[in-house]
Amino acid sequence: MNTLLVASEVKKTFIMHMRGGVELPVVANVSFSLKASSCAVLGGPSGVGKSSILKMLYGNYGTDSGQILVQHHGRHVDVASASPRMVLEIRRDTIGYVSQFLRAVPRVSALDVAAEPLLIRGVAQETAHERARELFAELNLPERLWSLPPATFSGGEQQRVNIARGFITDHPILLLDEPTASLDAANRAVVIDLIARKKAEGAALLGIFHDQDVRTAVADHVIDVSAFAAGKSAA
Amino acid sequence: MSHSDTLEALAAAGIPAPVKPLLSVEGLTRVYGKRIGCADVSFDLWPGEVLAIVGESGSGKTTLLNCISSRLTPTCGTVHYRMRDGASADIYKMAEAERRYLMRTDWGFVHQNSIDGLRMTVSAGANVGERLMAVGNRHYGNIRNTAIEWLSRVEIDEDRVDDQPRTFSGGMRQRLQIARNLVTEPRLVFMDEPTGGLDVSVQARLLDLLRGLVSDLGLAVIVVTHDLAVARLLSDRMIVMKEGRVIEAGLTDRVLDDPRAPYTQLLVSSILQV
Ligand SMILES: Nc1ncnc2c1ncn2[C@@H]1O[C@H](COP(=O)(O)OP(=O)(O)OP(=O)(O)O)[C@@H](O)[C@H]1O
Ligand SMILES: Nc1ncnc2c1ncn2[C@@H]1O[C@H](COP(=O)(O)OP(=O)(O)OP(=O)(O)O)[C@@H](O)[C@H]1O
Ligand SMILES: [Mg+2]
Ligand SMILES: [Mg+2]
Repeated sequence: MNTLLVASEVKKTFIMHMRGGVELPVVANVSFSLKASSCAVLGGPSGVGKSSILKMLYGNYGTDSGQILVQHHGRHVDVASASPRMVLEIRRDTIGYVSQFLRAVPRVSALDVAAEPLLIRGVAQETAHERARELFAELNLPERLWSLPPATFSGGEQQRVNIARGFITDHPILLLDEPTASLDAANRAVVIDLIARKKAEGAALLGIFHDQDVRTAVADHVIDVSAFAAGKSAA
Repeated sequence: MSHSDTLEALAAAGIPAPVKPLLSVEGLTRVYGKRIGCADVSFDLWPGEVLAIVGESGSGKTTLLNCISSRLTPTCGTVHYRMRDGASADIYKMAEAERRYLMRTDWGFVHQNSIDGLRMTVSAGANVGERLMAVGNRHYGNIRNTAIEWLSRVEIDEDRVDDQPRTFSGGMRQRLQIARNLVTEPRLVFMDEPTGGLDVSVQARLLDLLRGLVSDLGLAVIVVTHDLAVARLLSDRMIVMKEGRVIEAGLTDRVLDDPRAPYTQLLVSSILQV
């Protein structure tokens, strides 16, 4: 099967200069790969470094050492050492990301927030909005909210805007940070279905899911992040 | 195969043509006597890219911006600009007339203080029209219509076209500066604290407007700001300055979410949330 991303020996330590330069080793030796048409899940207790790994793959956190090779426009690019410009290009075309919380830009409507990844890729506004409306409808987001800025939405409503934004493109790699955390059972089922469809389309997904039922439904394999925990004795 | 044939073939194959930097800054340094304004700053800026320069007061942001935009002569270092014909030009080796023309047409400069960027005693319409005349427009009716079109694009009512900017509010003056600069369709715009001194709600509106214009027009922008929220909202990349030097640079969200340098961590932790 086609491997779309390979992380090898990735290491991350935070140095907290505001606290006297104390070092917070998070993960080391992170090595795994993501294959097309599959969904991997990052597992492990709170604070072990799951979100940090997703953020490094997305270029949102720096990587101390190691490589994150992605298949981008038919060649391999190392996100860990890529220029900012290349990271933006990878985000535009190759890696999508659903963050745990929506960062709402003031005064931008939910429709525009969700459609933006398509607009950036040059899709016509009408087409992009149409696609966003379809996703909103599928995610049961009340129609009266669509043209409003999400800043005042409930946690679950914001999360559904975020999910629509992440799923609207056909990025070959999709990262999901607890997309179902604030959703009810019916909407969790919608997300499970969306993930299954992405897989069928050939995407490689990597997610963090707290709900056991979601995890069971979507995971092809689980990557135990505790195994990469840095600074902890290897007992 | 000619160059344009090659580009067409690439485009047909879905491969974007290689893009070169619009601006290349190298080793740019400016000293004021013994005091450092900015020291050894280097970076490339690409077409359509928005770069934010942040840092505390006195860190050299304005000095750097002015050296890049040729409003202040650097002590050493070079600035290369890619002209519309694709050739790269050293802006400090250009003839003075050529540089002036560049500044009036292909570049824009939005000042923090609108008094520095507008002519207060001529009408709003004339403020916008002035740059059109600089590029050779002579037809009064066309100039006026274009000016009115741009005023409406920056949300200034048509019936204010004959008023002088001294009768405008702070937010309106900033929007007028933007219209005045963008009317010649520049490719690069410099902004020094464009939202400084404005009320929060007025700032938000100006930022909305800027975000829209930057993406619609594909502008490259270098924006100096002390406000990290402005940097987050507008920019792709960031440079953090301290005592005239660049101490951290990178993708905006990387610098803000995973700051490395002690000073950047201090800067990010001193604000509530960005
Ligand atoms: N930007 C940051 N600066 C400093 N420390 C950070 C930063 N981001 C994460 N950390 C620390 O890194 C460790 C791992 O955090 P991370 O968010 O990756 O954990 P997680 O496995 O996703 O946890 P949870 O399941 O609770 O979401 C934590 O100790 C956290 O405090
Ligand atoms: N014309 C000048 N003559 C002497 N020193 C100057 C001159 N202009 C600036 N400086 C000094 O150069 C340093 C950088 O100033 P600059 O105006 O570039 O800072 P800045 O980062 O834009 O600050 P602010 O955020 O307050 O606008 C400061 O120490 C300043 O005092
Ligand atoms: Mg997490
Ligand atoms: Mg200044």
